[in-house]
Order: sequence, then structure tokens, then C-alpha cells
Amino acid sequence: MNSIADMPLDALLAAHPCVADFIAALGLRAPEQPLPLGGWLALLADEDLLDAGMERGQMLAHIQRLIDEVQAMAAAAGRRVGSLTLIGGRDKSGAPEAVRLTVQAGEVLCVVGPTGCGKSRLLADIECLAQGDTPTGRRVLVDGQPPGDDQRDALDRKLVAQLSQNMNFVVDLGVRELVTMHAQCRMVVDPEAMAEQVIACANTLTGEQFSPEVPVTQLSGGQTRALMIADAALLSASPVVLIDEIENAGVDRKRALDLLISGEKIVFISTHDPLLALRGHRRLVIRNGGIARIIETSAREQRNLVRIEALDAAVMAIRERLRQGDLIEEDVQWPT
Amino acid sequence: MQLITVAGSPSVGKTSVILRVVDLLRRDGLKVGVVKLDALSTSDDERYAGHGIPVAVGLAGGLCPDHYFVSNVADCLAWGLRQGFDLLISESAGLCNRCSPHINGVLAVCVVDALAGVQTPKKIGPMLRLADLVVITKGDIVSQVEREVFAYQVRLANPGARALFCNGITGQGATALAAQCRQAPPTPTLEGSRLRFPMPAAVCPYCVGETAIGETHQRGNVKKMRFADRAESP
Repeated sequence: MNSIADMPLDALLAAHPCVADFIAALGLRAPEQPLPLGGWLALLADEDLLDAGMERGQMLAHIQRLIDEVQAMAAAAGRRVGSLTLIGGRDKSGAPEAVRLTVQAGEVLCVVGPTGCGKSRLLADIECLAQGDTPTGRRVLVDGQPPGDDQRDALDRKLVAQLSQNMNFVVDLGVRELVTMHAQCRMVVDPEAMAEQVIACANTLTGEQFSPEVPVTQLSGGQTRALMIADAALLSASPVVLIDEIENAGVDRKRALDLLISGEKIVFISTHDPLLALRGHRRLVIRNGGIARIIETSAREQRNLVRIEALDAAVMAIRERLRQGDLIEEDVQWPT
Repeated sequence: MQLITVAGSPSVGKTSVILRVVDLLRRDGLKVGVVKLDALSTSDDERYAGHGIPVAVGLAGGLCPDHYFVSNVADCLAWGLRQGFDLLISESAGLCNRCSPHINGVLAVCVVDALAGVQTPKKIGPMLRLADLVVITKGDIVSQVEREVFAYQVRLANPGARALFCNGITGQGATALAAQCRQAPPTPTLEGSRLRFPMPAAVCPYCVGETAIGETHQRGNVKKMRFADRAESP
């Protein structure tokens, strides 16, 4: 049997950077002279192992699992989802929710309804790929099949990415550093180039440009949201994206949605922003905890969307002039 | 009876997660108790009692909390058996990132906090690396980017474990965690059981109350730092 214990350590470290990271994290240093992994472990002082917090056998098993795991992650990196099917459960009064809804990749669904009606609950059901085990009793199928346990809770291979108003960058890293790190863990071939692409894309979504060096915690609300959206579209492995309100954040919403659609994502947005809600292909009306109605965005609504966009552009232009220190004294003309 | 050891740094949200999971387990008709082990003081017993969950508290005081844990865990198990629990959860705080209360054959859970920063999983010792199940809390307030990077780091730190997000506030993720808890192996006795890894060594005069500083007081298990500007001493 070809055990990793017999493999030369230097070859192992060269082939698997994750093993080198692991050994460094234990506070150990690989030897200068070539040795098989098992031989090196045998030579380590017991005291060093006690400091490292693992026994030889545990380290050996750990390194084997680490290599297997990273290979499995690389294999899963390119996976796509063609459709998501939502099967209704019950509303807050226990009445059945007669819905069976299939959403295809590249489709945007908006979720509308008053506060407290159950919009977040719906997004949460999708997020955990509910199987009748949440309070609503809803079920979610992936490509027509119930998801396996590994799909439900394998967290870095999660099918669903979330973007919510509560979310913030908290880590003390620069934008480029963090996005590069994300690209590395997504097994991207050229993480640095990918990071540049994500940052450039985020900068097209926000009116206020930011540099790759700025710490992520110092980004404004709009910049933060723009970076999250660009990352979700270009870098996140998750084929399903849930967005909980992105309005009022200084983000080019039209471009953001186009970006997500072009990434063949399935997008759910909880929103009452007309620019977003009418841009979705369909919208789900939530009442008393259940989906009460599914509205297909009509041709008339799409024509209205064009008018609303023109109005929005006019307001945005005034906003930009205010930013520049201009006076807004002329009689404002609205596009018709 | 099933035993589950839950460990994690202070304030990561262990108690909130356990409360969510126990609520779900009790809905299935299981009788669940909790042992809370802490260093100096705790008020978490009131939170458990507030949910009607039977709780026993152990305070290590001047002792190393993990040594205290391992000296008492068999007694905790006996308490649980006397109470007729189906499932007993021990909750203990890993204070120095080096301790680990995990026992061979007993379901071992480590709780980590996504707010702690993406490098943290690397820094936590056997408590994380030798756990069967890693629960990540506070994932709802950090960006998806950090969530994914954090989850990846957890996977590298413990590639054998199942890892999942659980929100102690909303309960999101608790269903999956409760399902794992139900499958914990039974622990009829701890006689002859072994810890997964030795506890941190602590046998020097300072362990037993020495307060004076200086070479002459450093006896027993003493280890000195090495500085780059001094030649390594033999």
C-alpha cells in the first residue's frame, strides 16, 4: 500500500501547500534534509508534539484527510445548478400553501410583502434547503431532486450565498488581500487576477471608487454592497444568491442584477424598490407567512420600469450635482 | 445515555446554540440536561433554568478549568444517569486555545465564532482540530466572503469534521445540529475512557500560588522563550 507516511516530505509539501500551512500552524518546521513524512514524525520530540497539540497518528490521519478534502473541494468548484424547486408548506394559520415553483438559472425572483409577513422566513427556508423540517413545512428541490445531507450542510460547498443588510466586513484586511484569499479558497487558477477583476467590477457598481489597498472595514455602505455583489457574481461558488434589500446603498442596481443574471445565478431578492422589483422575472407576494400570489412581470410593467428608470436617473443626476457642491435652483424637469 | 462535549472560546455563543438545540431535542420527547463548567463565575445556569432545562454548574476557580473538567466529567455523567436523562451536554470554555475536553468515543463539538477573524481556526488547538463537529456562529453578520473563507479555514484546520453554521439568535442551522446530536453514540460509563489529547501541562510553582518573579522561582515544568538576537542556548 502506498501510504503518505512513506512519501518524501519535500515532495508532499511542494504538491500540497495546504500541508505546509498545516505544519506551520502547528508551530513545527519541516526538516532541511529529505525524509519521508513518517520518518520525520518519528523524529519529532514528544515535547514538540505536546506543544503542537496532536499525536503522530492524529497528524498522519489529519494530513491524509486534508489532501483528500482539498482535492474534493477542487473537484466540486465548478458545479452548477440548473433549477431550484420550491414546494409550498403552510402559512402562519396552518393553511396549506398551494405552490410548486421552479426557478431556472439566470432567473431573478423578487419577494414582496409587508414587514413581518414572512419574507425572511422564505429566504431562510431556501438558505437551508428546507425539507419539511422548518416551521413552514416547505421543501426545496435542487435540479428536481431532494438535496443530499452533504449539500445541505457542507458549508464551503454551500449552494446558497446570502447578502443581507445586517452583513458587514469585519476582518482587518485590505480589499485585495481578502478577495485574493477568497479566490484561493475557491481554487481559482490565478487568484490575483481574479481579485483584480472582482474589484474592478465592484467599482463599476458604485459611484464612489475605492482602491484595492483600502481596508474592507473602511468601505462605505455602497462600496461594501458593491464588493459583496461583485464577489457573489464572479467568485462565489454558490449558484443561488439571496439578497435581503439592497436599496439606498448607492449601488447601480440595474447593473448589479445584470451581473448576477449573466453569472447564471438563481437570484431571490426581498425588496420593494421598484427598480429591482419590476426588473425581476417574477415576484412572490407573501401574506401571513405563505406565498399568496406569483406575479409574472408584464409587458406594461416593463414599459413602466423604463419610465421609472428615467426618473431614477434624473434623481441620481441631482444627487451627483449635490455631491459636487452645485446649486439645484432651476425648475427641475422630469422625463416623460 | 448519550454524552456530548461542547467546547469553545468564551462568548462565541455556546449557550445560545445549546439552548436552540435542546429545545428541538425536547420537542422530540428527549430528556436533556446540561453541565456548565466555567472558570470564575457564570450566569448561564439561569438561562438554562429559564428554559426549564436541568443544569449543574462547576466552577474551576483557581484550577485549570480543563483539568477540573476531566476530574469531574465522570461525576457529571453519574448525575445525568441519576436524573434519568436521555442526553447530557457538557459546556466548557476553552480559555487558552490549547485545552480540549474531547473524549474518545464521545461526540465532540467545537463552537467557533465567525467574527473572530479568518485566521482564528488555525490558532485553535485540539479543541477544534480533534472535534467531530464544528459549529460556526455569528455567520449572519459577517459578509458572505468572510463566511466562505472562514468555513474553508475550518475545513483545513479539521478536515475530518462536519462543520455547519448555526445562528444562536434565530436558530437557523439548529435543525441540522440537533440531527447530529441525536446520532451521538451512547456513553454508559467513562471508566477506562481516554481524552483525545493530553491536557496542557501545568506543573510549576506558579500553578500552586507562587507570585514572585525571577529565575530562582522558576522550577519544575518551565519553558523559556527564544529571542533572535541571542545565540540559542543549549
